[in-house]
Amino acid sequence: MSRFVPHPVLSAVLVLMWLFLTAFTPGHLLLGTLIALGAGWSVEHLHPPKPVFRRWLAIPKLMAVVALDILRSNIAVARVLILGPDHPKYHSGFVELTLRLRDPNALAVLAIILTGTPGTAWIEFDQEEGRLLLHVLDLRSDDDWQSLIRDRYEALLMEIFE
Amino acid sequence: MTAEILRFALGYAQIALILALGLACWRMLRGPRAQDRVLALDTMYSIAMLLFLVIGMGNGNVFFFEGALVIAVLGFVTTVCAAKFLMRGEVIE
Amino acid sequence: MMHLEQLPPWAAVIIALFVVVGASLTLLGGVGLVRLKSFYQRLHAPTLGYSYGTLLIILASMLMFSLAEGRVVVHELMIGIFIMVTTPITLLMLGRAALRRDRDRKLGHDEVVPPRIRSTEPPAETETESETGDPQP
Repeated sequence: MSRFVPHPVLSAVLVLMWLFLTAFTPGHLLLGTLIALGAGWSVEHLHPPKPVFRRWLAIPKLMAVVALDILRSNIAVARVLILGPDHPKYHSGFVELTLRLRDPNALAVLAIILTGTPGTAWIEFDQEEGRLLLHVLDLRSDDDWQSLIRDRYEALLMEIFE
Repeated sequence: MTAEILRFALGYAQIALILALGLACWRMLRGPRAQDRVLALDTMYSIAMLLFLVIGMGNGNVFFFEGALVIAVLGFVTTVCAAKFLMRGEVIE
Repeated sequence: MMHLEQLPPWAAVIIALFVVVGASLTLLGGVGLVRLKSFYQRLHAPTLGYSYGTLLIILASMLMFSLAEGRVVVHELMIGIFIMVTTPITLLMLGRAALRRDRDRKLGHDEVVPPRIRSTEPPAETETESETGDPQP
């Protein structure tokens, strides 16, 4: 925000990490603070798009939804792997979706969620038209991925970022 | 009794992780394409990191944690470089 | 191995459960890496170990060292956050690299991938599983 501490959150997290990895002493606090300020300045030179959070309250809800979904899809993928890929019930393939999200930070969070969830992999995204190519391991025909992603993640992310 | 449960669990975890390491190594050696090998190498890095954590739990030694952190960082850098090469390196064909 | 005896029984059971489940998930990911037929399917297999396999083992390690040393040990969270941030990046880059290589006609391959996203017709949602050819190494 100010000229000397351009990224206060990033610098604070770096200082905390430095203290956890070494020891809680004043010397390490000083050294960690210097390094964190240097990291903040170098990040400032990259000119990243600054995230603007509109609603902080939706973040814990999003985290809970994501943790639950990752657990559920872990179990689903484990079942696919145990039954074997040749099982006729399972069918994997590519899915093409259209996203309404445009904010780069929100898109990055969505990419982390979708790639971190076993069973879906983010393959390609076209920025201009907002088209996304996903690969899905367990593609049930009655499952509409477009509405699933729109209702579950996109609405929450738009609430937070846009 | 407490120690027996833990010793069994940690032993099982070490055997399972080494088995997983072997399976990933098989995939890396067999291929068939370059991206399969890179994916298997990345998996091997992460399994080795977990193995270090489990061994450190068995020994009660905190320093295995540092090794695990180094492996995690190295694995990330290696895989990103290899993927970048796969994406751009075709120009030199 | 003295530190193992000092733990209370409830903690030992929880740690053992977490470690066993986490290691089994990682092993299952390795099995999937061998069993699945095409690259895009194999891309999903290691995520098991990356997500809950790592999380459970880290939680077990945190609980164990916190109880054994009598203070809160949160070192391991660093690994968890690091893995959580970096895994999507590596898998995403690998997926894009594979897609670009599969669209390249000069490399002999037999994966069927959708065409470039610009076209408006829906992509073919099929995928061949044959690996009998001898693709580019």
